[in-house]
Amino acid sequence: MGILAELTGSIGSIGYGLAAIGPGIGVGIIFGNGVQAIARQPEAYGVIRQNMILGFALAEALALIGFVAPFVFGT
Amino acid sequence: MLKALAMLEVTCKFGDDSCPFPAPGAEIFFFPPMTSFTGPDGSTWEFNKPVLFASIAALIVIIFFLTAFARPKLVPRGMQNIGEVVYLFFKNHFAKDIIGHGGEKYIPLLMSLFSFIWIMNLFSIIPGIQFPITSRFAFPLVLSLIVYFTFIGVGIKSQGAGAYFKGIAFPDVQPRAILILLTPLELLSTFIIRPATLAIRLFANMFAGHLLLVIFSVSTWYLLNLTNFVGAVSIIGYFGSAMAFLVTIVLTFFEMFIQLLQAYIFTLLTAMFIAEAQSAHH
Repeated sequence: MGILAELTGSIGSIGYGLAAIGPGIGVGIIFGNGVQAIARQPEAYGVIRQNMILGFALAEALALIGFVAPFVFGT
Repeated sequence: MLKALAMLEVTCKFGDDSCPFPAPGAEIFFFPPMTSFTGPDGSTWEFNKPVLFASIAALIVIIFFLTAFARPKLVPRGMQNIGEVVYLFFKNHFAKDIIGHGGEKYIPLLMSLFSFIWIMNLFSIIPGIQFPITSRFAFPLVLSLIVYFTFIGVGIKSQGAGAYFKGIAFPDVQPRAILILLTPLELLSTFIIRPATLAIRLFANMFAGHLLLVIFSVSTWYLLNLTNFVGAVSIIGYFGSAMAFLVTIVLTFFEMFIQLLQAYIFTLLTAMFIAEAQSAHH
């Protein structure tokens, strides 16, 4: 079977753009809800901040994997 | 950074269409060996910049803790003051809040992990070194394997091997049929995805951060075209160069924050894994 469609150029950047959508939404939700939780209950700041940072790191890792993957598997 | 410097010697400049922007890629993370020698099995062992600075980071951590805690005094002075403040933070935050009962015996592991990772990350912005050691995947991988075997060991020791693996593979959920889905997922997530993401998170953060810094440093140099001093294109280049320089400075501060955050998150996750392994599932 011949090639039906081909994509050339900087495909890695397109991949990164796609990979950043989900984590972008996720990080927004995490910090939005975190700030709301702090505003409602300022005395729980320590616990909320710790869990917020944890969730942020877990979501952000996905975007970063999308950033690194083209370099690792690019050539 | 070595390769980035070599790239600057090409002297591609903005406005010269025959010579495009020398975009830095993954090749800036590979260093030529300083010395190499033959290992016991006949393979070649290379000693390069990341290995050198990883050893220096280990030395810094060892010397810091030796000066702080080798001869403890009742009234702390100097380094012992700093060491005790750090210890207190780890004791309250990690040992008491997260691990809970019996958490104090993990403070040495957590503290040395944190300081070792942070110093290796910090080399990213120290002039003359300017390379985050953790952006070479081997270093976070080994650290994550240490954490991996530690939390499995803690789980087996505190619950017994059978109870520990059974607790993870067959959690106490109500419709028992759901275990068909849950058991492979739980096993995969605890024993494969968990150590892998722990290492990849640290590696990818440092890799991306270093690459960003290099890209903006190189573009600062690239846009500054001094050979054609007053051309219209050159003047646009001056503005671009100034902007790229500003972004480099802002990113350097941002990187300082990210470095601390990543070291903290690695330690936090280690503490949470240990806490989870220690308490029985119910």
